[in-house]
Amino acid sequence: MAHTLKNLDYSVLQQCMHCGMCLPTCPTYDTTKRERNSPRGRIALMRAVADDELAITREFADEMSYCLGCLACQTACPAGVNYAELFETARADIEQSGINHSLERSFWRGLTLRALFMNPRVLRGVGTLLRFYQRSGMEALVRKLKLTALLPANLRRLEPQTPRICSKFSHQLIAETEQPSAPAKYRVALLTGCVQDLAFSDINRDTADVLLVNGCTVHTPPVQSCCGSLHSHNGETDLAVTLARRMLDLMPPAEYDAIITNAGGCGSHLRHYTHLLADDPEYADRARAWDAKIRDIHEWLMEIGCRPPVAVPSAEPLTVTYHESCHLAHGQKVTQPPRSLLRLIPGVKLIELPESNWCCGSAGVYSITQPEQSALLLDRKVQHIMATGAQVLATSNPGCHLQIATGLLAAGSTVELMQPVTLLARAYRNENLPQTSS
Amino acid sequence: MPLADSILTRLADIVGTANVLTKLEDILPYGFDGTATFKHRAGAVVFPQNTAQVAACVKLAAEEKIPIVTRGSGTGLSGGSVPSGDCLVLCLVQMDAILEVDPRNLTLRAQCGAITIKVDEAAAVHGLFYPPDPGSIKISTIGGNVAENSGGLRGLKYGVTRDYVMGLEVVMPDGRIVRLGNACVKDVAGYSMKDLFIGSEGTLGIVTEVLLKLLPRPAARRTMLATYDRMESAAETVSAIIAAKIIPCTLEFLDQMTIRCVEAYAKIGLPTDCAALLLMETDGHPAAVADEAEQMAAIAKAHGAREVKIAADAAESLQLASARRSAFSALARMRPTTILEDVTVPRSELAKLVAFIAETAARHRLQVGTFGHMGDGNLHPTFLTDERDEAEMERVHLALNEIVAKTLELGGTITGEHGVGLAKKQWLRQQLGDDSFELMRQIKHTLDPHGLLNPGKIFD
Repeated sequence: MAHTLKNLDYSVLQQCMHCGMCLPTCPTYDTTKRERNSPRGRIALMRAVADDELAITREFADEMSYCLGCLACQTACPAGVNYAELFETARADIEQSGINHSLERSFWRGLTLRALFMNPRVLRGVGTLLRFYQRSGMEALVRKLKLTALLPANLRRLEPQTPRICSKFSHQLIAETEQPSAPAKYRVALLTGCVQDLAFSDINRDTADVLLVNGCTVHTPPVQSCCGSLHSHNGETDLAVTLARRMLDLMPPAEYDAIITNAGGCGSHLRHYTHLLADDPEYADRARAWDAKIRDIHEWLMEIGCRPPVAVPSAEPLTVTYHESCHLAHGQKVTQPPRSLLRLIPGVKLIELPESNWCCGSAGVYSITQPEQSALLLDRKVQHIMATGAQVLATSNPGCHLQIATGLLAAGSTVELMQPVTLLARAYRNENLPQTSS
Repeated sequence: MPLADSILTRLADIVGTANVLTKLEDILPYGFDGTATFKHRAGAVVFPQNTAQVAACVKLAAEEKIPIVTRGSGTGLSGGSVPSGDCLVLCLVQMDAILEVDPRNLTLRAQCGAITIKVDEAAAVHGLFYPPDPGSIKISTIGGNVAENSGGLRGLKYGVTRDYVMGLEVVMPDGRIVRLGNACVKDVAGYSMKDLFIGSEGTLGIVTEVLLKLLPRPAARRTMLATYDRMESAAETVSAIIAAKIIPCTLEFLDQMTIRCVEAYAKIGLPTDCAALLLMETDGHPAAVADEAEQMAAIAKAHGAREVKIAADAAESLQLASARRSAFSALARMRPTTILEDVTVPRSELAKLVAFIAETAARHRLQVGTFGHMGDGNLHPTFLTDERDEAEMERVHLALNEIVAKTLELGGTITGEHGVGLAKKQWLRQQLGDDSFELMRQIKHTLDPHGLLNPGKIFD
């Protein structure tokens, strides 16, 4: 059965008793102070659709597109409203209604959701082409000749944010199975992600390294599909279901103690395969087992008692502040482990970032679909980061990483972006260097 | 039905086109407040930017006989800001400036849309304190607090919103702007008119600016959590603390159902197996606080507390208070609809009412979670039900009637801090008696003869 607001269990909508606790945590309500731009306002609109009081209109579609899907409201909600489910159902409903359809949009959605992010090999192929373009000097030439002016306005603005493609992808850096030097205590699977694989494969290497140090056998399938997060957030439930099945086939949960993700946005979706595959007799049980074994890397390391490194990650002491990816903090409720992990590292001083769990405006494809609101949030984030005086911003989601890096660069900031696992991996690596006596 | 185009045009002339909402998608989310089961679509929603614009909108509405419902953040718990008829909703959240903090006179002046917690934060910058802290402190507006005379967790020691209002700017039903009260500690020049508007629920005038009294910020604070196996022991503890001549700022009570729901949300390690929990807080001079905290802990233990836990630091105190503030919404986890009550009795009668509520719920086969301000005799029995189940809703109504009757028998009131609004007006005459009820109506009729301000609230 199609996922629509009308056939959704009505009690999920009723769960919102409109107390308003979500209002001060919603970045869009904070901007406009209009109820429809708030979580309880959006839920009221969804309920009106379910009640036949409102059709799926252009305005309704626009409103669901204006929502970041950051899920800060879900953290704030004492009543336990499942906003993520409501939001994804509303977006699926909108897709099915066809109200957003246009030739140009269908082309881009088809290219990304149906072609690129359904076929990991094609995605890497495109990544390779992009890498050639970036490194051969063509990109520099295009920019110098201002040929980017030929791009549509939306893409032109985002062009500088195109991720730098890594020289090697994850499978060229990480063997399919790697064993720790000491006897293994755990067996884990490592998810390499899509953007993470193309733009941050070194972070995947760092993740594998810290797992190995902590006694885990790391299994990393060389070709991994998208987890379906992108599809689910954009109303393509059927594609998300297909991708979830593929994941379960590739990494049967029964074979591992944990399945590790290091990207906040993916992790949030990866924990919800049970719901996605509830009606699938063949996969339902495995999906439940899968959800129970998904761990964010920081969460897993703290759970198994991460060994504090005895060396420092860099010669100079580092002041680090931490930005929380929405889907790690609000989607997965992992807030303390990344901080605890940073505190384990000698030579790192962690200072709190004001509004650390406030969205940076990346939010999947939000920076493309809602450039103005995205820029507002990025600016706010960058101001806060710079005001801390930290040298390093730690975060753990490729979307946030790219967005904030662009913002800091534009603001002329020298703050360096790094993921907590990278700092940890560097410290471990330095343990093997000859120590200078102090 | 939307308002006529000619009227919308004139409204747009006053507040600007962008500040007039009429589209269905824009106005549907203004059809409710924080109260369950009340829903009504507004004719239009406008966002005035200053007092002059409020007055101009009211004048226009008065000329055209259009009802007006004023709204802040829409967190009310009696349906006070739910639209009536094809009304004009005046949403005042954009008038949110804190205009002045005066440390010499210990006052703060703010526009009506300022968020309550921002008021206290502005006071804190000067080492000052705005004590009233309703559960919705992070969301509600100060104007809404004045209109509802909101209470909070510190009522026992510090009183309620009324005790901190020194002056008001009010737009009257005909559009005149009046200023009532001033920064003087003493003022007996005529009737205390400001008091008429505090708690008037938007039915007499529209509060656009407030002058508030501040206190020095307490230097120390100690928060404790006492757990009990018997509900009565918690009530006895409260009586014994008061008898010992201690006035704590907070004595909050949660029953088992509420504890379980709050813990499911907040995950702060509340004991879910105890029958009742008392959140106690004392503040003031460090020496007095240390002394009182010690005595309160001893009294709690002497009256059957299983355990008394003292919050380690300010962060833990805040965590406990925040968890308590989430109680009402957290109860909504259990069932689709939560019907919240606000009955209040003299403190000495509280234990009787607590027992009566539990017994009544059981007799009508209803789920209830009860929490509240034990030091104030103010309880929030919350029925967990489903509005689609007519038979059960009927039983809820019967139970509520019985609880109200019992409350009044004990010398209590149908509402301690939420207001009458739509939710409690069916019982107002029962509480006041005919003469007092008519006196109230007379005042309403005198100030608002056409019944244009928040019609249908408090009384029909």
